[in-house]
Amino acid sequence: MIAKVGVLLWKDILSELRTKELIFSMLVFSLMVAVIFNFSFPPGSEFIKDASPGILWMTFIFAGLLGMNRSFVYEVDTGCLQGLMLAPMDRSVIYISKLLVNFIFIGTVELIVTPLFAIFFDFSIIDSLGPFLLMLFLSTLGFSVIGTLFSAIAVNTKTREVMLPILHFPVVIPIIICAVQATSAIFQGREWSEIWNWLKILIAFDIIFLILAILMFEYVIEE
Amino acid sequence: MNVSKSILGPALFVCMLVNLYLIFMFAPTESSMGQIQRIFYFHVPTAWVSGLSLFVLFISSILYLWKKQRKYDIVAHAAGEIGVLFMTMFLVTGPIWARPVWNIWWDWSPRLTSSLVLWFIFVAYLMLRNFVENEEKGARLAAVFAIVGFVDVPIVYMSIRLWADIHPRPVIGGGESSGLHPDMKIAFYFSVFTFTLLFLYLLIQRVRLQKTTVAISEMKKQIAY
Repeated sequence: MIAKVGVLLWKDILSELRTKELIFSMLVFSLMVAVIFNFSFPPGSEFIKDASPGILWMTFIFAGLLGMNRSFVYEVDTGCLQGLMLAPMDRSVIYISKLLVNFIFIGTVELIVTPLFAIFFDFSIIDSLGPFLLMLFLSTLGFSVIGTLFSAIAVNTKTREVMLPILHFPVVIPIIICAVQATSAIFQGREWSEIWNWLKILIAFDIIFLILAILMFEYVIEE
Repeated sequence: MNVSKSILGPALFVCMLVNLYLIFMFAPTESSMGQIQRIFYFHVPTAWVSGLSLFVLFISSILYLWKKQRKYDIVAHAAGEIGVLFMTMFLVTGPIWARPVWNIWWDWSPRLTSSLVLWFIFVAYLMLRNFVENEEKGARLAAVFAIVGFVDVPIVYMSIRLWADIHPRPVIGGGESSGLHPDMKIAFYFSVFTFTLLFLYLLIQRVRLQKTTVAISEMKKQIAY
């Protein structure tokens, strides 16, 4: 099974490496969001420091949605999904490989964007890199778990790109809350126990929905 | 034999009238909030009915994915629509009460925020149903979304509570059910009962209507092709 996931994963990474469409659009989009957010505060305002965890996460979420929107569109439009479903393997292999692709793409963008945001919004994460990366891992995983399942749903609707956020946002609210709070606790140099409180919810969310999504995916792509 | 029309309908009508009497005549006026408190007899039952529809939606979605029978999907769809309706009433009656009592329309307290999120999940469910052209596929995808959404509700509530805890706010108004007058209790429980009947009535009627729609479209297919 791991080998099968690997093959599918490599297929997506290879096609992305050839075009570099997604990662580049997500990156440019993220930087533009930073500029736009900057205008929502009065010039020279101190608010922007308190708001930086929120801005960071809004950027990741919008950029992530941009990427995840595409994850099944190409498969469906070219008939590749049909081929994958005919292949002798469990349906969950398709889900897990897509989940990993989304996770890797969003994670890459996050790792590039965070240092740039640290410059733009003047925060430092070097002192608490470990907790920050752990938090980034857990929230990006949960975000992609739901996003991958829902993008397979949204691709069947008439309004594909609009439908994904409408389905996705209300369900990932726990992730948004925990990620933003944990990030601001990290930025303010709070104690580990306080950060851990948020990470616990993220871990619970990830486990519950990973299992549920694998179970449900079979019903989503069934023809 | 239409039980809902012949028995449930008239019973509901009588209960509604009794309910209005109990709420506006029988129940005593609350001493500090005044007349506005009476909206509570509508507000809480709408929340109860929303919860009930969410539960019915969840159970019938599981049954649909498991058994693949159309009837479960029809029940799920009806429950989703009733859920949006009552959740909207719940969110509208809340601020009407809050404005004179708390002096604000909206407060980002855990309960309010979670209710709003739940409303969004219900609305997304209905939108998803309507935006998929193939009906069988729409039913299947919507059932998946309903199950994920239902599982999500307690996690949303928990995380919003934790979030609100670190932003302390002035305590405004005590618990709603604290120290209810016995007559108020009668009016309250009767109102919950009436709204439950209303829920059942709406559910049965909606399911009947949907079944008729399905039957007609089947007939059309037979005649046309």
